[in-house]
Amino acid sequence: MEKFDVIVVGAGLAGLAAAYTLAGKGVEVLVLERGDYPGAKNVTGGRLYVNPVRTYFPDLWKDAPWERHIVQEGLSLMANERSLAIDYRGRELREEPHQSYSVLRSKFDRWLAEQAESKGAMLLSKTRVDDVIREQGKVTGVKAGGDELNADVVIACDGVLSLVSEKAGIRFAGKPHDYAVGIKELIVLESGVINERFNLEGDEGAARLYVGQVTKGRFGGGFLYTNRESVSLGIVIGIEEMLNDATIDAPALIEDFKQNPEIAGLVRGGTTAEYSAHVIPEGGFKSLRALYGDGILVAGDAAGLALNMGFTVRGMEYALASGYFAAHAAIRAKEKGDFSAETLSAYKTLLEESFVLKDLAAFKEAPDVLRNPRIFNHYPEMIGGLLKDLYSIGDHPKAGIYQTLKRHLGMGEVWSIIKDMTGVRRI
Amino acid sequence: MSDAAALKAKLGLNVFKPLREPHIRIRAGMEKDPRLRPAVRICPAGLYSENEKGEIVLAIDGCLECGTCRLGCGTDVLEWNYPEGDTGVQFRFG
Repeated sequence: MEKFDVIVVGAGLAGLAAAYTLAGKGVEVLVLERGDYPGAKNVTGGRLYVNPVRTYFPDLWKDAPWERHIVQEGLSLMANERSLAIDYRGRELREEPHQSYSVLRSKFDRWLAEQAESKGAMLLSKTRVDDVIREQGKVTGVKAGGDELNADVVIACDGVLSLVSEKAGIRFAGKPHDYAVGIKELIVLESGVINERFNLEGDEGAARLYVGQVTKGRFGGGFLYTNRESVSLGIVIGIEEMLNDATIDAPALIEDFKQNPEIAGLVRGGTTAEYSAHVIPEGGFKSLRALYGDGILVAGDAAGLALNMGFTVRGMEYALASGYFAAHAAIRAKEKGDFSAETLSAYKTLLEESFVLKDLAAFKEAPDVLRNPRIFNHYPEMIGGLLKDLYSIGDHPKAGIYQTLKRHLGMGEVWSIIKDMTGVRRI
Repeated sequence: MSDAAALKAKLGLNVFKPLREPHIRIRAGMEKDPRLRPAVRICPAGLYSENEKGEIVLAIDGCLECGTCRLGCGTDVLEWNYPEGDTGVQFRFG
């Protein structure tokens, strides 16, 4: 029977960050990955914010295979027949060090795995973990590919569903309310065409979020990120919202989005090269999953570490940071020679002292506030209608601007806005 | 092109290694369970459909391994696992 100091399940960002950190400290670590290569089963929207994790991996970022650094942040309110776009640009986004980059996981994770391997981590791909080995309730290893592999600590970085945590008996299957699914097309376009259409130079990139009828007025939204020679275009929609609205057909949402007049021109002439989907944790702090148990730590999406604040949608830097802290908790346990839940609970403390759980705790109300259906159905239509009247010139005398505003923003409307703003004050 | 054909064409763009056995199965006797019904709409790959007997059936080839059906329908009606290593979807971009 093989025995390792640490077995990491899943070569995603959490698992590879853990392996990189552990191997860097001379700890014997094996990473098991069910895909043909790291990233083969992973999907991002997506973009990675580097600043929060820059110092945890000081040598790593210089040669990272980024797609583009994001210099443009877009938010569009999508009504049924009209849309309103906010396009933010700022000098700070163009200056180095850049705060966020678009990435493609198959390339990025493979590169990160190479970095971990160069530190001495072992990687075994094409290997699914079938079960967890437990002795007197304590996790002592995993069963994979017909073998039993033992370790002092297992770090479950097996993604949003974390079947490993379930098998270890430290979590139950999730509830639809706490999850959304992202559905994405990777659309290939020449880099010059991307730069022209989005008004970008060189490796500059754009990020855009779309809120409103793209998810039939339900919690979720559309996204677009420019990569070097492709565009990641997709839809995120709450699973509970899909269950409750029988008119929603998931594959049709992204097809309709692609044909929306605001999108169609941006991807015209592009060739779809891949169609992917993945569940995303959306519950935030209140539905955080088990972080540790006897002989086991849980990091990344597996622990529910993601944060949607409407304007920003984050997960990958939480995965990297939690992998880093899981590694440090495992190192401390190794020094003590004690791998009990009590010792491993140091991981939770490390997360609490870092941006990871500080962010999630600070924005713990965000998932509930953002689930306000008025954000997705009422406001895009109301604001769209107001703009329509302000911009339209008909064959009769034009109504005054104040009169138009008053028509759209009557007392009832203003009261509702104040009520909604009270919700927003919670975040 | 019908919606179903368009979706099939999109799935055809993915690199997909043949499965040795289905990794997701509808539990015996649960084919008409109301909890399974939404799968027809919520699966991003459109792999669930209703047959003429009113049963939900699953054609697993093309599965994106996203997890939507596991969360949406639950493990009372679905026996759910990831595919074995060396099989299933292999994203080239992700």
